Amino acid sequence: MIRIVKRPEAGRRRNLLIWAGAFVLALLAGAAFLALLGQKPWEIYGMILKGAFVGSRRNPLSAIQATIVKFVPLLLVSLGLTLAFQMRFWNIGGEGQMILGAIAASAFALYTPNLPQPLLAILMLLAGCAAGGLWALLPAVCKVRLGVNETLFTLMMNYVALYLVAYLQSGPWQRTPGFASVGSFSENIRLPKLFGVHIGWLLALALTALIWAYLRHTKQGYELRVAGESQTTARYAGMRVGRIVLRTMFFSGAVCGLAGMIQVAGIDYTLSTGVTGGVGFTGITLAWLAQLNPPAIALAAAVFSILEKGSSSIPPDIMAAEAAQVLQSILLFSFLICEFFRRYAIRWRAAKP
Amino acid sequence: MVRLEAIRLEQVRKTFGTVAANDGVHLDLQFGEVLALLGENGSGKTTLMNMLSGIYQPDGGAIYVRGQRAQIRSPRDARRLGVGMVHQHFKLVDSFTALENIVLGPGGGTLRAARAKIEAMCGEFGFPFRPDQRVRDMSVGEKQTVEIQKLLYRGADILILDEPTAVLTPQESAVLFAMLRRLRDSGQAVIIITHKLSEVLEISDRVTVLRRGRSVATVPTAETNAARLTELMVGRPVDLKISRPACPQAPELLRIQQLTVKNEEGYALRDVSFSLAGGEILGVAGIAGCGQKELCETIAGLQKAESGGILFDGQDILGHSPADIIRRGISMSFIPEDRLGMGLVAPMNIIDNMLLKTFRHARGPLLRRAAARAMAQKIIAELEIATPGPHTPVRQLSGGNVQKVLLGREIESNPRLLITAYPVRGLDTHTSFAIYDLLNRQKQNGVGILFIGEDLDVLLELCDRVLVLCRGECMGIVDARQTTKEELGLMMTGSRLQQAQRGKGAAE
Ligand SMILES: Nc1ncnc2c1ncn2[C@@H]1O[C@H](COP(=O)(O)OP(=O)(O)OP(=O)(O)O)[C@@H](O)[C@H]1O
Ligand SMILES: [Mg+2]
Repeated sequence: MIRIVKRPEAGRRRNLLIWAGAFVLALLAGAAFLALLGQKPWEIYGMILKGAFVGSRRNPLSAIQATIVKFVPLLLVSLGLTLAFQMRFWNIGGEGQMILGAIAASAFALYTPNLPQPLLAILMLLAGCAAGGLWALLPAVCKVRLGVNETLFTLMMNYVALYLVAYLQSGPWQRTPGFASVGSFSENIRLPKLFGVHIGWLLALALTALIWAYLRHTKQGYELRVAGESQTTARYAGMRVGRIVLRTMFFSGAVCGLAGMIQVAGIDYTLSTGVTGGVGFTGITLAWLAQLNPPAIALAAAVFSILEKGSSSIPPDIMAAEAAQVLQSILLFSFLICEFFRRYAIRWRAAKP
Repeated sequence: MVRLEAIRLEQVRKTFGTVAANDGVHLDLQFGEVLALLGENGSGKTTLMNMLSGIYQPDGGAIYVRGQRAQIRSPRDARRLGVGMVHQHFKLVDSFTALENIVLGPGGGTLRAARAKIEAMCGEFGFPFRPDQRVRDMSVGEKQTVEIQKLLYRGADILILDEPTAVLTPQESAVLFAMLRRLRDSGQAVIIITHKLSEVLEISDRVTVLRRGRSVATVPTAETNAARLTELMVGRPVDLKISRPACPQAPELLRIQQLTVKNEEGYALRDVSFSLAGGEILGVAGIAGCGQKELCETIAGLQKAESGGILFDGQDILGHSPADIIRRGISMSFIPEDRLGMGLVAPMNIIDNMLLKTFRHARGPLLRRAAARAMAQKIIAELEIATPGPHTPVRQLSGGNVQKVLLGREIESNPRLLITAYPVRGLDTHTSFAIYDLLNRQKQNGVGILFIGEDLDVLLELCDRVLVLCRGECMGIVDARQTTKEELGLMMTGSRLQQAQRGKGAAE
């Protein structure tokens, strides 16, 4: 018989140690998998690191830049979702909110491509945030007014957003008949670069600090954490819970929308159904893995994007891309298991006395 | 008579991080006796009992059960050793019947076989047993009985009850005690935790006192009294008298007019009217669940009323949400019964819990924690809250200390009207008296206090007037200086004031 019991809470120092240990164990589990495949684990790990950080001879920074490009949307979406999760609002709609941000930004790219560059960038940014936020507001309103379950609602809205893009691509925004594509946007819409990567990374890091401070040090952040723990207590304290839910979901969606806008204006320069790359879902895992703590989310997103970029640059004749994907999952999964054991203990015992 | 040793603890130690919840604890329990475990809030009683029931493992020391050294690694180990514990929060399944709750789970056997066995067992001990009643339809006292029957059915002959009477009415407590006596007389060993000294003196054979995690004394109950026990607990003599300072008559503060509130079951309150002046403590007596909760919550704006009026300083606040009430500058504090579910945020630390009512006062969008930190430190010192510091999450505090945090915060907000529901529930004697003092000081400052109580002696000694509720109706309001416990008791069970007085007159 197996029983799962909760462990007493440990101190912060011990937690850090446990996480470090979990990280090492995850690496060992990955190594075991690689060894099974007949690889030399440490060589593969070396290749991953090299792939993530060391670029070509001609452009030594290219690898690290590509890693950052993966890092930005992942971090932004996880941060956005964290706002909702802190309030115990199950926002599974990061994908859809990010897509809406991308659509709104694209509208400006398509219809007003000749505005002065800084103005255009700001307009796209605002539009992206607003669109993501409003998209998230719909399930929030239904939850507050009618008590509709938000988990399913936000999830379904992802598909609505996705098909909206598909419709635009082959409908009103189609560039060449026969091709489901909106074509490439004008150079004018591209975000400026800093150290060779679009400035989205700077925005993402700034937002990490901002959201951390918002949660810990603002009245609104305090309200949303109280409401997340107990709505009765929030009401008791004279908070307007409905309003807090709406406001927080708007922000949550807005940050995801920002991720979509940055993806369009910083990397893709077009609108396609693949704009999110699945980060709306990966972001959920990362947010919880990092215990909804913004600095920890940044760290988790960094590690994850290093893994992604690094493993994608392993030559296929050494290891198949699928194997690299499995490796990534094993690492993530092992870490999650360690995290589980940090909080719970399992007791084994004979079936009957 | 030679008694068998049920449990012996030697030098038991348990630490949480830097907090030593138990250190060098000695305790022994014989079969056929009731041992009371007494100690101030946070002195480690629950922790100690949790080690006996397999929830925690000791960090040091030895546990002997029936004379044998025992390793109790889980509740199942405890069960195998015949140790069973009733926790303060019941662990029953609401939608199951009594029988199902008792039998279901590993090793319970079939329902049919069990029914006869439990009936026989209950017959032997004279317990009431209604196998087919659903838990959700039971009173707290009935639930507790089911918990005990469950332990007995599973073969426990060493029973531990953690503050079983905290949620019971005096009548229910009397039933429980009769049950415990029968168990004791048939040779079971019982440990009971309670903060009520009168109960300790009534039910126990011996008392073990814990102070700051250490066992300081074990005394036969017959050779001690309330004052001595308190002194052992606190470490110095304390005065156990409730004072009732007279206050000059102040203008009316709160007027309740024919308040009627409905809930799922029907009328929770019906035509209740009273008024409360500043500088007065108005007690509310009644059997649990007679509308006390609804009364408090409706005044605080957390429940809707069918009809009636709530005038605060002449201003009708009925139908306003707590947010509205705060915005109108109505200075009212409500200390709810369910502290962690309503008044406090369990995972947040003491400082952030201080902010709950005051965070709005700061200008600008940012939280200002400096004042809250000072307030946290102040109430930790004044109310002697046992905690490693103001950064400890409230969830990790012992039951009584949680209450002190809430009470301290509400009193610090300097309300004009203070509504407290069972403010000393779960508090040790020493602290309860500190709380009464605090309430009296508020009263002297002109605060109007609505005091929902359960201990009739306290209601009579502390309050100026007592309102008696029965099934949501007001049976009358009596002067606490002139009434008697018997009169209150009659009214609580449904006699109107005049009838109660007539009944008393006839008896005399
Ligand atoms: N899980 C835990 N983590 C950290 N500290 C804990 C934990 N459980 C208890 N403590 C601490 O251990 C001490 C003893 O707590 P315990 O609950 O045993 O007290 P108690 O005597 O039952 O008090 P009360 O009468 O208020 O219920 C307290 O200081 C409490 O804060
Ligand atoms: Mg306790």
